[in-house]
Amino acid sequence: MYVDPEIIRLLAFLVGVIAFAALNAAYLVWLERKEAAHIQRRIGPKEVGPFGLFQPLVDGIKLMTKQLIVPAGVDPVLFKIAPILVMVPAIMSFVTIPFGETLVARNLDIGLLAIFAFASVNVLGLLLGAWGSRNKYAVISAARVVSQNVAYEIPMLVTVVTLVMITGTMNLHTIVLQQQGGFWHWNIFNLSASPLMPVAFLIFFVCMLAETNRAPFDMAEAESELVAGAFTEYSGMGFGVFFMGEYANIVIGASMATILFLGGWDCPLGLFPGVLWFLIKMYFLIFTVIWIRWTFPRTTFYGLLNLSWKILIPISFFNLILTSAMLKVF
Amino acid sequence: MSAFAESEANETFVLNLGPQHPATHGVLRVKLTMDGEYIVEAEPVLGYIHRMHEKMGENRTWAQFLPNTGRMDYLHALAFNHGYVSVVERAAGIEVPERAEYLRVITSELNRVSSHLLWFGAFILDLGGFSPLLYAFDDREHILDLLESVTGSRLTYCYFRFGGVYNDIDDNFVAGARAFIKRLRDRMPMYHNLVTKNIILMKRLQEVGPISAEMCRKYGATGPVCRGSGINFDVRKHEPYSIYPEMDFEVPVYEQGDSMARYMVRMDEIEQSLRIVEQALDKLPEGPVMAEKVPKIIKPPKGDYYHAVETARGSFGVRVVSDGSNTPYRLKLRSPTFSNLSLYGEACRGMLLPDALALMGSLDLVIPEIDR
Repeated sequence: MYVDPEIIRLLAFLVGVIAFAALNAAYLVWLERKEAAHIQRRIGPKEVGPFGLFQPLVDGIKLMTKQLIVPAGVDPVLFKIAPILVMVPAIMSFVTIPFGETLVARNLDIGLLAIFAFASVNVLGLLLGAWGSRNKYAVISAARVVSQNVAYEIPMLVTVVTLVMITGTMNLHTIVLQQQGGFWHWNIFNLSASPLMPVAFLIFFVCMLAETNRAPFDMAEAESELVAGAFTEYSGMGFGVFFMGEYANIVIGASMATILFLGGWDCPLGLFPGVLWFLIKMYFLIFTVIWIRWTFPRTTFYGLLNLSWKILIPISFFNLILTSAMLKVF
Repeated sequence: MSAFAESEANETFVLNLGPQHPATHGVLRVKLTMDGEYIVEAEPVLGYIHRMHEKMGENRTWAQFLPNTGRMDYLHALAFNHGYVSVVERAAGIEVPERAEYLRVITSELNRVSSHLLWFGAFILDLGGFSPLLYAFDDREHILDLLESVTGSRLTYCYFRFGGVYNDIDDNFVAGARAFIKRLRDRMPMYHNLVTKNIILMKRLQEVGPISAEMCRKYGATGPVCRGSGINFDVRKHEPYSIYPEMDFEVPVYEQGDSMARYMVRMDEIEQSLRIVEQALDKLPEGPVMAEKVPKIIKPPKGDYYHAVETARGSFGVRVVSDGSNTPYRLKLRSPTFSNLSLYGEACRGMLLPDALALMGSLDLVIPEIDR
């Protein structure tokens, strides 16, 4: 029987992508707990397996064996569909991410666009889940999530548009290929295209934090204000899937920053490029994200919007204009 | 189903903050009338942990009520001890040996530092920063160990007795206290560098939650709340009791009245308390820690007595009316946080929910003390 090798390849990638997303979600929780513990001079998980490495496994079993409670008065369809709406687009996004020179499931020409399109669905999931929960805290949280994401998608996309102008393509694979040959070729140091490139990276990173609802922009969850925000009514695996979706989104965000600004799988010194370098850069960014969470207090909601509308958007637009002017001149 | 689409002007909804809520640090319920995220009206609802301490006092002998005092403000239990034993000593005319007064001040001030440290951690937690809590608890642990070694308990102390304290300190305590003072002094700059000067924290606290001096007077707010609004009032200075007149310390006062001012008052008070402990340890006289002629059954003469002390949260006053029997005729406790909370409804009007919660945190509420 003849089976198209392309189908086998796609199946292998499908399994690989889901496994990668799930494994990351599980072990980022472990990393988060361990890192938080060390920042706070504790030890963190240590009982289950060496260094508590089996802790995510046990946590997963606990979440899965819990009853799925659908509280009275919620919208049953929206309530159940919301966690899936957060998780699925996150996994879909992995399809277009080139981890290595040959390690990409589907090399789309509009990969960049596809990822940002999928990323926006995440907000919809949170909004529907919170709205369907019929809980006042959740509704407040939903309102926050939407306005926060609208505010932060603009500077993020303007920065990405700047980058597309420089690279001339939306194909993630090509974008990385253009940055090969050492850290001075990376987009973050591409000062001849725009002297503001490091700032652009910073804007992208901050927007990524806000997009993924990470501290100090965790307005949606804000446990000391809104109890658990959008997740207040969720328990068991419903909450677990939300959680996994959040971590998958962090992985996507860090991967995007790596691809767009840090040269993807390129080695900083131009030697031996490979998937290992991609993972090192990505996990370093994720480490930083967790580090920020356990160091800073939460901003307020209006402080967050002020930062976006009054600082990030003007700077990113200025960068856009500067870049286009420099492209025209040189 | 068109009702969903129609929205009336100035539509508000009621949000029950508590009695189970992470930000209230206890069973306080605040009934918020909200317009979106803006607070139109806030009404604190009390009574979820009311234990009738005052009535309990009228049904027990004078000495039997003593352990109750440590269970009201469990974070600064020794000051509540101090208030109650002082008023009974005043009523019964009991002289306290000097060393006992020194021990009272030393332990009470250490307790004040531990209370402020816990508040510091919990307050930053309210603002979403988790890590400082663990560092503050680390420091607080040293105080708890010290106080445990002399009082026998770690939280709800009952160390003071009518006529003195029940246990003398030893050299280990003195050395431990001095080591702790040095340790905390070394760590305070770290707290200020990492937390106080954090730009997010400054933005969240400065000019947020203003409480005017007038509002403090209206509601009878005391302690760091009124000192953060520019009112220089500290019972230790203005109605001195115990050995505080012999101590050289300052009362930190900030004029701004915002959450940051209250934060700074408490942070400065930690240093002032350390100064008091240090001086008291230097001057500590020898002698007994318990007055010799304390009657077994106390029956203060008929009369009306009042004594106030400064706790970590403000002025705590005890009024007792004695009819000459072995139980108080009337016992009235004036607890500081009750008054401090009373101004909350007025202070947070028109504020956003996160700012209102920062304001609530800056009031340093201890619910069992409000409800008594």
